[in-house]
Amino acid sequence: MSAAVKIEHLSYIYSEGMPDASVALDDVSFEIEEGQFIGVIGSTGCGKSTLISHFNGINRPTKGHVCIDGEDIWANPKDIRRFRFKVGLVFQYPEYQLFEETVYKDIAFGPANMGLDEQEIDRRVRRAAEFCGITQRVLDASPFELSGGQKRRVAIAGVLAMEPKILVLDEPAAGLDPEGRDTILGQIKTWHKETGTTTILVSHSMEDIAKYADKVLVLNAGHIAMYDETAKVFARAPELLALGLSVPEVTKVFLRLREMGLDIPADVYTIPYAVKTVLAAKATREGGSAC
Amino acid sequence: MRRDGSVDGSLRAEKTDSRAFCPKQTGKGKNMNEMLRAQDVTFSYSHEQHKALDGLTTQVTRGEFVAVLGANGCGKSTLAKHFNAILLPSSGTVYIEDIPTTDEDRLLEMRQKVGMVFQNPDNQIVATVVEEDVAFALENLGVPPAEIRTRIDEAMKMAGIYKHREKAPHKLSGGQKQRVAIAGVIAMRPDCLILDEATAMLDPIGREKVMRTVKTLNRDYGITVVHITHYMEEAAMADRVIVMSEGHIAMEGAPKEVFSRVDEVKALHLDVPQSAELCHALTAAGLPMPDDIIGVDECAAALYKAITGKEAPVCPQP
Amino acid sequence: MLRDITIGQHFPGNSPVHTMDPRVKILLTIAYIVMLFIGSNPLGLAISTVFLALLYGISKIPLKLIARSIKPILPIIAFTAVLNLFLLSGSGEPLFQWWIFRIYPESIEYTIIMAVRIICLIAGTSLLTYTTSPIVLTDAIERLLYPLSRLHLPVHELAMMMTIALRFIPTLIEETEKIMNAQKARGAQLDSGTLKQRVQALIPVLIPLFISAFRRADELAMAMECRCYHGGEGRTRLKQLRLRASDVVYGLICAVVFVLIGLSNLWFPSI
Repeated sequence: MSAAVKIEHLSYIYSEGMPDASVALDDVSFEIEEGQFIGVIGSTGCGKSTLISHFNGINRPTKGHVCIDGEDIWANPKDIRRFRFKVGLVFQYPEYQLFEETVYKDIAFGPANMGLDEQEIDRRVRRAAEFCGITQRVLDASPFELSGGQKRRVAIAGVLAMEPKILVLDEPAAGLDPEGRDTILGQIKTWHKETGTTTILVSHSMEDIAKYADKVLVLNAGHIAMYDETAKVFARAPELLALGLSVPEVTKVFLRLREMGLDIPADVYTIPYAVKTVLAAKATREGGSAC
Repeated sequence: MRRDGSVDGSLRAEKTDSRAFCPKQTGKGKNMNEMLRAQDVTFSYSHEQHKALDGLTTQVTRGEFVAVLGANGCGKSTLAKHFNAILLPSSGTVYIEDIPTTDEDRLLEMRQKVGMVFQNPDNQIVATVVEEDVAFALENLGVPPAEIRTRIDEAMKMAGIYKHREKAPHKLSGGQKQRVAIAGVIAMRPDCLILDEATAMLDPIGREKVMRTVKTLNRDYGITVVHITHYMEEAAMADRVIVMSEGHIAMEGAPKEVFSRVDEVKALHLDVPQSAELCHALTAAGLPMPDDIIGVDECAAALYKAITGKEAPVCPQP
Repeated sequence: MLRDITIGQHFPGNSPVHTMDPRVKILLTIAYIVMLFIGSNPLGLAISTVFLALLYGISKIPLKLIARSIKPILPIIAFTAVLNLFLLSGSGEPLFQWWIFRIYPESIEYTIIMAVRIICLIAGTSLLTYTTSPIVLTDAIERLLYPLSRLHLPVHELAMMMTIALRFIPTLIEETEKIMNAQKARGAQLDSGTLKQRVQALIPVLIPLFISAFRRADELAMAMECRCYHGGEGRTRLKQLRLRASDVVYGLICAVVFVLIGLSNLWFPSI
């Protein structure tokens, strides 16, 4: 089985040949297997956004190849639109792309561009809307009457309705309150589970990445710093901190405990796991001291 | 309206680290230490039935750092806009020091006393050069050019953007832009700074720098801060947390008091810092933990004690 | 693409050209343009060109920038040059003749003068924008037009609008790019298709752009009010414009050159 996304020696230089040229990505190679949920982290300016806009051909590599489902997307530049439907890309603050009179029409924009028939468009719009918790009443409303969180969900539904094989989201929860954030990320996770869509989530929030991603890709200054299973990445918390990144607060607590000389796993990154670890550690201690 | 330009020219001695320092006495007010007060404030936006603020009463003391939390639509931004006379209450009164915000003749004075920083840094920068933008408010107040110069230099240094003073704002990062906006406000030498979700659009590094700046302004310069945010760890830095829900105050108190009530906070669709959540979860799982933990260090210390039965070793801060 | 567009192409520096009072600079630029037309003879233009080259030298503007400012109008220069060359008739014998095309010595001279004049015109005005930041320029225009405010012309408001426009152009360009990418990601055909398709494809870009611009305007207005903006009345400025001795001296030097250009008509009648 070929990888869903395969990036080979990808380099990207902004305004190449100009005096203000800057290297955004430098010889990046990695693969994403089908059906995975990947978290991408890195500080601002590390090339995250540049990288993800290569997945559907918004950016064209200066060097290297982007392969989706085993096909080089730039093999035939005229054919690039096909990959825009295969890789659904949700940009930061996607609510600013809404433009139609009704929410329904806006969600249908992507599927309609795919040239699908009415029935299929309708099916897809309703399915995506349902996933994102958009009711019939909202579907008939104007997107500009909605609250910020609702608009965000409509914009995401607009991409889900294209039913892409690969879904890429750049900070989908930025600026939302905790509840809005949990709702949206929860919906994305459900979509991922039920459709098996390969999902790539870019986020600054380590807590969110820890909660949802199977694997984490860490970018630093246009290079891949780490690419591994979530637990293994967060187990390298001191390195992440050295890269100017944060780690989930629970991970910091456990890092601190290790500094205090306690023999406790370092790869703790979610609350339930933390509770289990603490209880286990206590049980071992008590078992040990009983002897 | 005061147009004479000298609105409060030498409001504050250059640097003071005393909270008790009172810039100037405005006279007849009942309570000298009161910065802001909302008395039974009700407000609804004209196109809505729903009350954005519903009989809310609160006050902010001079020199205090107050964080306001609440889910979207709870009325926290509406409250912020009342504290600066952008919005006027439908009923009830808001006082800035002892001035009711309805006193139109003293509008400029109020705006100068209470500076406001908004969410989107791009939409509050007026000029094409950083220092010109920082000078904007002082130009409006008619401050003489030489004094503008000293005051903006001071403000830019306080906000940590002095070295970017000749740059174009659009070349700066989000966090830097937001600090330009803060500098533009503190150049007015306000008594109070209101941040209306000013960190919401920033990355973690930008947020941290903005918060550090705000903390310094509060601690070293005695500026009262009202910080509206979604981030619990920012709220944990405050002296007092106000949690709003549906136009009124649902919880109020020191961060420790508020965040130890995990279930109540969660019922209001908010988070608590993970440390508090972990302790709460452990207590629920049968390992009793102290209920006033909100920070990483205290959480680690408490866990150490719970696991080993011994006091945590005092280890050097990393 | 869009980000390549530079507006108000300011090239910062510390030369006398840069530091000169912007009001004087504007007036001198206008005078220079007038002189280009008055002294439109070989000697006059030669002085104008040398003078301008000298100013560029003093201000240390890279030659590349001049080329960049002239590049967009090169086709126009070339087109008018060709027209002038072939369509003007002279009095004497044509130098060259083929079919209906005749080239006279006078038309060559005229063509060169026209081309040089346009280039000087563009390069001259560009010098003003290269050496003066847009905000200073706006400020200077506001002050030059200040007398008109007695006639109840909203001079300050116009200048404020110009400043804000300058401030928001880069932001809106960036925003346009973002929206275009977002719609492309949903399959909008912005970079391919027939002309009609492309025009239609602009709707999903323009509507969000307008909505966002209005939202920004709203928020900006609020932020300005919070910073005590209440119109131009009683306003002071951070940067005061004061005529210095150097401005007077440089102004006089320029005036002498302009007089020379004018006098050149005595030797060569203007065309």
